[in-house]
Amino acid sequence: MDDDTTEVVAGNGLLDRRLFLRGGLAGGTVLLTAKAGGVEREDWMKAPGAPMDEIGEPSPHESHVKRTSVRSSPGTTGTGVSFTPHEHLDGIITPSRLHFERHHSGVPDIDPGRHRLIIHGLVERPLSFDLNALGRYPTVSGINFLECSGNSGAALAPNPVQAPLSAVHGLVAGSEWGGVPLSILLDEVGVKAEAKWIIADGADSPMMSRSVPLDKAMDDALVALYQNGERLRPSNGYPMRLFLPGWEGNMSVKWLRTIKVTDQPAMTKDETSKYSDLQKDGSAKLFSFPMGVKSVITSPSHGLTLGPAGIYQISGIAWSGAGKIARVEISVDGGSSWADAALDQHVLSKSLTRFRSAWRWNGAKSIIMSRATDEQGSVQPSREQLLTNRSPGFFYHYNGIQAWQVAENGEVTNVYV
Amino acid sequence: MSTFRWIATCLAVALGGLVMAEESPMLGEPVDADTLARVDFTILPNGDGLPAGSGTAIRGAAVYQQHCIACHGEEASGGVNDALVGGHGSLATDSPKKTVGSYWPYATTVFDYIRRAMPLQEPGRLSSDEIYAVTAYILHLNGIVEQDAELDAESLPLVKMPNRDGFVWDYSP
Repeated sequence: MDDDTTEVVAGNGLLDRRLFLRGGLAGGTVLLTAKAGGVEREDWMKAPGAPMDEIGEPSPHESHVKRTSVRSSPGTTGTGVSFTPHEHLDGIITPSRLHFERHHSGVPDIDPGRHRLIIHGLVERPLSFDLNALGRYPTVSGINFLECSGNSGAALAPNPVQAPLSAVHGLVAGSEWGGVPLSILLDEVGVKAEAKWIIADGADSPMMSRSVPLDKAMDDALVALYQNGERLRPSNGYPMRLFLPGWEGNMSVKWLRTIKVTDQPAMTKDETSKYSDLQKDGSAKLFSFPMGVKSVITSPSHGLTLGPAGIYQISGIAWSGAGKIARVEISVDGGSSWADAALDQHVLSKSLTRFRSAWRWNGAKSIIMSRATDEQGSVQPSREQLLTNRSPGFFYHYNGIQAWQVAENGEVTNVYV
Repeated sequence: MSTFRWIATCLAVALGGLVMAEESPMLGEPVDADTLARVDFTILPNGDGLPAGSGTAIRGAAVYQQHCIACHGEEASGGVNDALVGGHGSLATDSPKKTVGSYWPYATTVFDYIRRAMPLQEPGRLSSDEIYAVTAYILHLNGIVEQDAELDAESLPLVKMPNRDGFVWDYSP
C-alpha cells in the first residue's frame, strides 16, 4: 500500500472507497512466513487431512459464531427470540443455521406428508396443496432480507445498550428464498372481484394469523419452500411459509397452513395490538408494512476490538423494504463529515446490501456511523429525528442511524450522538 | 405475473404438450365443506366466523381463575405476561399503557386470539362457551360490558371498544 495514492475523503482519516475497487488493501498486508535454511511444513501439512463428510460443519475455531440473546418469555419455552450474529458475518447471505428466530410458541414438528396448504374464502374453487404438488410448480427465487419489525427496538433504551451488535440489530437476515409465486395459486383458486385481502394462518400451536393486502399477495409474495438452496429449516417455517419481500417479518407467516381470501383485514392480535405504531397524540398507525431504509456498521462494532492504529475496513449491511439501496455514506468523525461507501456487487431490491469503506484510524477516540439512502430517495433518519415523532409506546419499525465509538484502546461501544 | 405463466406454459409444453397454453398446472385438490370448517379459524371484525355458543363475565371469572391467572395475574392486572386491563386514557401520555381495554380496537380479536393461542401451554383446551365467557370477563374488568352481558356471535361484534377509532391506516389497498 502506497499511502501517497490513498485519498482522504472525509474527516478523521476516512479513505476513498476506490481502494476496494483496486483490491489495494489486501496487497500491502500479506506477509510471507518463509524461513531461511530450507522449506518447512506446518503441522497440518505433514499427514493426510480429514475425510469427506455428509454434512459440512464450520471450523471448530469458529464455534463462538452462534445466535445470541437466545431467550424465552418468562413461563414459556419457545416464545421468544434468537439473534443473527452480524458482528461475525460478511456478505449478504446469512447462513440458515444463523438466521434469527422469533417464535410465538415454539417450533412445530410438522409431518411434511400430512401438511396441506388450503386456499379458500372469496374464491371460485377452494384448493388444497400438498408439498409434492407445490414442488411441481415453476419455482422462482429471490435474494431478500427478512426483518422482524421489533428489530433494533433496544436502540430506544434511554442509555445505549452495551452488548454486541446482534443484541440490538440481530433480528434481520438475508437469504435466497425459493418457492411458488402465490399469484399462480391465487389465479388457480379464482379470486372473486370483491376480494381485497388474504388472511394467512400458520400451523404453530398459537396459529399465527396476519392479514395481507391482495395486491402484495399478487405482486411478489412466495409460498417459500427453500432457503439458501435447501428445504426451509423448521425454525424458518418447514415445510412451507409465506414470504413477503421487504415487509415486516411477522407477516411472512411460518408453517403456512391456510390462506383465506377476504374483502377486509381480520384485525388479528398481532397486526392491531402489537405491530401498530403509537403516535404522540395517542392515535396509532395501522398496517405499516414495508420496512424502512436502514443500515448498520457490522465491523467494527460492539463485540469486536481494533488492534493498533492503522488501516481498517469499515463494513456493514444496508437494506430497504422499498427497493434497492442507492448509497451508503460513512462518517468516522461523529457525523461532521460523510463520504460514500463502496457497495458490493449485488445491489438487489429488498435485499441486504454489503457496503465497505477504508479508514486510516489514528488511534484516537472516534465515532463511526453509516447512513443509507434507497432508490426511492428515502434517507435513514438519525435516532434523534425518529424520537421526535415517537410516542414512548412506539416500539416497532426502528430504523435510526447507529453510532459506534472506538476508544483509544480499540474497544468499541454503543453510543448515542 | 405473465412471466410465471409463461414459464408454466413452457414447462407444460416441454413435458408433452398435454396441457394447453395459458393453463396453470392446477395441481390442487378440491376441498369439501367439512374440511374447510375444520381449518377455517378466521374471525372478522363484523363477526363472520364466530362459532355458536355464549358466555358471561360471571362464568368467565371461573374460566380465568383456572386457565389464565397464572400468567396474567389477579383480575388480569398482569403477571409474567401482559396486563389485560387498565391504561384507559394513557395512550397520549408519557406512560402509555396498551391493554385490551385501552388499545385493542375490536372485541372479536380478543375471542380470536384466545381461541387460537390460549392457554399457551394447551391451546384448543377451551370450549366456545368458555372463550365467550372469559372474553366477557376481560371486557367487564375493563368496564366495557356488564357482568351479566351475554356475549355470542351476534352481540360480540357489536361491542364498541374504547379505542376503536384510534387507528389510522398507513396502507391503502
